[in-house]
Amino acid sequence: MKDLDPLVFVAVFQEMLGPLLWVMLLLIVAGTAAFVALMLKERAINSKRLLRAEMAGLLGGGLALVLMAKVSSSGFTDAGGPADWFLIAMVFGLGLAGTVILVYTYLGWRQPATR
Amino acid sequence: MNKDALKKILGDAKVVSLDRRKFLMLGAAGAGSLLLAPGDSKAADKLKTSARIVIAGAGAAGLAAASYLVQKLDGAKITMIDARKEHYYQPGFTLVASGIKNSSYVVSSTRDYLPGGVELVEEGVAEFDPEGNKVVTESGKSYPYDFLIVATGLKLDYAAIPGMDTEQIGNNGLGSIYHSPAKAEATWRVMSGFADKGGVGVFSRPATEMKCAGAPLKYTFITDDYLRRRGNRGNAEIIYNAHNKALFSVPIVHEKVRMLFDDRGVKVNYDRALESIDLSKRIATFKSPVGPVEVQYDFINVIPPMRAPDPVRNSPLPWQEGGWAKDGWIEVGKHNLRHKRFANVFAVGDVAGVPKGKTAASVKWQVPVAVDHLVATISGKESNSVYNGYTSCPLITRLGQAMLIEFDYKDNLTPSFPGVIAPLEELWISWVMKTMALKPTYISMLRGRA
Repeated sequence: MKDLDPLVFVAVFQEMLGPLLWVMLLLIVAGTAAFVALMLKERAINSKRLLRAEMAGLLGGGLALVLMAKVSSSGFTDAGGPADWFLIAMVFGLGLAGTVILVYTYLGWRQPATR
Repeated sequence: MNKDALKKILGDAKVVSLDRRKFLMLGAAGAGSLLLAPGDSKAADKLKTSARIVIAGAGAAGLAAASYLVQKLDGAKITMIDARKEHYYQPGFTLVASGIKNSSYVVSSTRDYLPGGVELVEEGVAEFDPEGNKVVTESGKSYPYDFLIVATGLKLDYAAIPGMDTEQIGNNGLGSIYHSPAKAEATWRVMSGFADKGGVGVFSRPATEMKCAGAPLKYTFITDDYLRRRGNRGNAEIIYNAHNKALFSVPIVHEKVRMLFDDRGVKVNYDRALESIDLSKRIATFKSPVGPVEVQYDFINVIPPMRAPDPVRNSPLPWQEGGWAKDGWIEVGKHNLRHKRFANVFAVGDVAGVPKGKTAASVKWQVPVAVDHLVATISGKESNSVYNGYTSCPLITRLGQAMLIEFDYKDNLTPSFPGVIAPLEELWISWVMKTMALKPTYISMLRGRA
């Protein structure tokens, strides 16, 4: 790992996740697109819906940590330094943000906001 | 390239109904197109040649070399020679012997990684004839070459330890993580049994060059951790025997490990190498400056002396004098991996007679350099690629933590993530890399993609 080429990262993630990589990328792209479309349509943030999405997001962040612990045969309790806290925050943050966006978008399209 | 692959998937997805199975297959097709893409895009840059290249050994170094050559050459006749059909992911052996993974984690098939157009001869090499520019296999068939890459790996010389019997690994307190995936798993069973009871655990490393010099240390740390987790550390004594006056060849790492061993209560003896073993009485005899020392053990991790394979040792390829001559390591330049006497011969991986690192990380950085020099020679040019001895060792210090140690010929630490992942700190992130990212990186390397 002397020099880090982005293509190497793609290769490594592909080996790690296999077809799941494409499923995840698709989910991210489709989810973001649906979210942006919803924003354009409503031109406002629905705070009640956002709150519900955030509650689900907490669960998503926790789930991401559990998943990480499972695949690495270890857990965040093994944290030994700042880099570890950063990793934990990142995993939780990604799980949280991803879930919030997806749940918000899902709710938005399912039950359009009524004023 | 990513975008194209994704577009293709998205385009296809519109046409077909998206049940899960088809979707996954599409994903795989996308992945496949990505795999093919680099080769295609580089086709124009490939050097046309009719050179015959023989690669002896189809392990990590041999397969990576074949993949790189295929990417760079057009028309070369590349032949790989190796008797073993399975491919072993050796960096995973410690994880198998630690009960983290089972043996299937480290076993796959060589043919899974064989690049297109490369011939694999499933035989052992019997003779190297660098003067006659040919390699002879065990069946007597001769393979002439214009260039030879020796990547045979090394020989685990269990026979050099009187009393040792590899059949007994997994019985009566005898472990040995290096032997094979099955014996690594057998070692886990016997180590786990030891962690349940306690007693005397004996660890060491051989006095020869060895692959992954961190593994004996890792396994000592892991055994200590299992004893603690099972509440038996108080009933156990752990002894680590170093073959010289250091625990690790890089001084700053030696100091760190010395401190950690001190912290964990691991007793360290220096200048001791396993000389013989009595398996039924569980007595290991160590060579020391004060004469043979006998140690009664309840668990032992035997790591045998390591040498170049016999066909290499019996050939003109090894160093003719100096410390590496006796064990048969191949006489190559340490910065270009080219043979010092036979200019059309290269050695990569464990069999190369260079100062540092018989690890997969060394392979990853040696192979592109050796291939670059080989290709330059074909095109009549000089290559200025240099291998600086870079290697890395995710040194597990307890379950869930490791130190990501990277260094070079000069004993400098060469961290990949300076300021983020401290090399001498016990970190979870380093463990996560070892357990999650290392194998995918390794497989990418075999395919010439990392």
